[in-house]
Amino acid sequence: MARKSNGGVGRRRMLKGAAGVAGAALGSGAITGFPAIWAQNIKNITLRQCGTGVSAINEIAAKCKADLGFTLQMTALDSDAVVQRVVTQPNSFDIGDIEYWMCKKVFPANTLQAMDVKRIKYFDKIVPIFTTGKLKPDSVIAQGTAPNTVSFVEGPGSTKFAKGQTGWFTMIPTIYNADTLGIRPDLVGRKIENWKDILDPKFKGKTSILNIPSIGIMDAAMICESAGIVKYGDKGNMTKAEIDKTIDFLIKTKKEGQFRAFWKTFDESVNLMTSGEVVIQSMWSPAVSAVRAKGVPCVYQPLKEGYRAWGGGLSLAKHLKGAQLDAAYEYINWYLSGWVGAFLNRQGYYSAVLETAKANMSADEWGFWMEGKPAQGDIKNPQGVVVEKKGAVRDGGSFYDRMGAVACWNAVMDEDRYMVQKWNQFIAA
Amino acid sequence: MSRINAWIAYLQVAPLALVFLLFLVVPIATIIVVSFFDYNTTQIIPAFILQNYDELLTSPVTWRTYLQTIEFAAITWVLTLVIGFAVAYFMAFHVRSPTVQTVLFLICTIPFWTSNVIRMISWIPFLGRNGLANTTLLNLGLIREPLEFLLFSDFAVVLAYVHLYTLFMVVPIFNSMMRIDRSLLEAARAAGASGWQTLWNVIVPLCKPGIAIGSIFVVTIVMGDFVTVRLMSGGQSASVGLMMMNAMSLLQYPAAAANAVILLLLVLFTVAAMMRMVDIRKEL
Repeated sequence: MARKSNGGVGRRRMLKGAAGVAGAALGSGAITGFPAIWAQNIKNITLRQCGTGVSAINEIAAKCKADLGFTLQMTALDSDAVVQRVVTQPNSFDIGDIEYWMCKKVFPANTLQAMDVKRIKYFDKIVPIFTTGKLKPDSVIAQGTAPNTVSFVEGPGSTKFAKGQTGWFTMIPTIYNADTLGIRPDLVGRKIENWKDILDPKFKGKTSILNIPSIGIMDAAMICESAGIVKYGDKGNMTKAEIDKTIDFLIKTKKEGQFRAFWKTFDESVNLMTSGEVVIQSMWSPAVSAVRAKGVPCVYQPLKEGYRAWGGGLSLAKHLKGAQLDAAYEYINWYLSGWVGAFLNRQGYYSAVLETAKANMSADEWGFWMEGKPAQGDIKNPQGVVVEKKGAVRDGGSFYDRMGAVACWNAVMDEDRYMVQKWNQFIAA
Repeated sequence: MSRINAWIAYLQVAPLALVFLLFLVVPIATIIVVSFFDYNTTQIIPAFILQNYDELLTSPVTWRTYLQTIEFAAITWVLTLVIGFAVAYFMAFHVRSPTVQTVLFLICTIPFWTSNVIRMISWIPFLGRNGLANTTLLNLGLIREPLEFLLFSDFAVVLAYVHLYTLFMVVPIFNSMMRIDRSLLEAARAAGASGWQTLWNVIVPLCKPGIAIGSIFVVTIVMGDFVTVRLMSGGQSASVGLMMMNAMSLLQYPAAAANAVILLLLVLFTVAAMMRMVDIRKEL
């Protein structure tokens, strides 16, 4: 009961305390917040987490083992394979590390279970993007599959997304970020300010966008909108006519030889950039760091129209119950308790609970990664390699500057089936 | 008595038949069944609809992609055949010592000890804009601008195919050549045939089974490939396999299954045509 000392006995805390006493009395002890009672059994528990490569980080599994005692087995797959695994092999994993746009697609398949927010210790401190959808009270919710639209279901066992907040949370946000175009400042030779700059004839044969239909279409939409080719009602949920216009424009651009390649994996994007095959392309933030780490200048260019954001989260497999389910909740609470958050922030991503992450980072680190301040000393990544020198400023600035300028979230559209057909057409053209 | 014999014969084929049934017939039957199913974003719905085939066959993309795939297969086939035949010919007829023959043959297979993805990817830095090939040509003064078509193009795809699959031609053709009775060649020469005539009228006909087997390997592999096309064309070209991958990645299994059935028919047809030209069993 010692951990109750941090004051503020709210309703949730009361419930948890009461349940804890009951649980202890029964001797089952299967309640979060009382790990000591079942610590003897937990060492035998293994949680199998499958997800995208970005968040399958060995250091996290090792730290989890050290802090909590149970084994976390991570499998990294590409995003498409994760969707397939979650839907078609629901017993092959315990924790599904999926993205919000996937959630919209896989949660209705009834292979995941919603979480009881009462058992999530830091629920109230999760960045509001994931709960109310508004970063600040006056923010406008961006287009696409905004996380808050798929964060809650109507009740335990339900697969129907709730309109507002309920007590049943689908995913604990792990990593999220705002994506934009990466450029080679030494090779572009001009100022890059808009998404449409990728269409500059000067860059003919030196550009790339990504060939993952659900994300590529989004970047394409940002480009088309910026260039005034298409005006969208909702970029995250296009009509057939909007898809047609977008793809037709892409095909035309491709035929004119504007693109050098279409990449599908992280390393492909890094290689395209470092080798100088392309000078401007869609990119993910760690890819930019990877290019810089090779001594090649690369900027994650903020653009006027804003960012395309994405986010991932941990979800619980439907089959989890008993001690395993408890271990999963314990893992989630640990995940949000700061160490992981700091780790992720140092990689250039954002984490779900800022307060606890801040406590695990130095003031300089926090200033550089989260507040857009110039680095006071060398900035190291979680592995201890210097990634930025003194005086460097993060591309795009602070957390609020970047996440506040999100134009659109990665999404699954209602016309998904049609979009993929058209995308195939673009690739085959 | 003959009835018992018949039973014994059935028993003898039973293990193989069972293996084929389990690992060939059942999966293919499943694919055919699924190809008639309906689907939405999250699930596959058992049904009997022709929509998957309808969408597939009426789309110009399908036709273009199939043509592209056939084109890749045809070009690769011609190139691997010519190169493979030449290599096999050299090893079989120009190298006299069996030891050297064996050594050379082993050397041919060495690259196959590494993963074919690695062998393919190593072309990328070589062919790139600032890659080894372009740098060398630029430094030699042969070109002024880097050659862009070297990488992320159909050229790169075919190059990788030829590099990866020529051995599949070399091995069976070499095998056929080694079976040719050398006295036939002497007879041809004694009868006054020139070198080309011997090659065309004696060696090539006797190598037909080897050529047919090699061709079946190369054509079927290229038709079903997706990873080479994706990596070497940088996503600029499509292949039938890639189309299926794209569909599967969005859980559109029935669409992919329908495509697989069509591809299977096409490949079966191609192989049947080859078998018609050369009776492999008779000539082995």
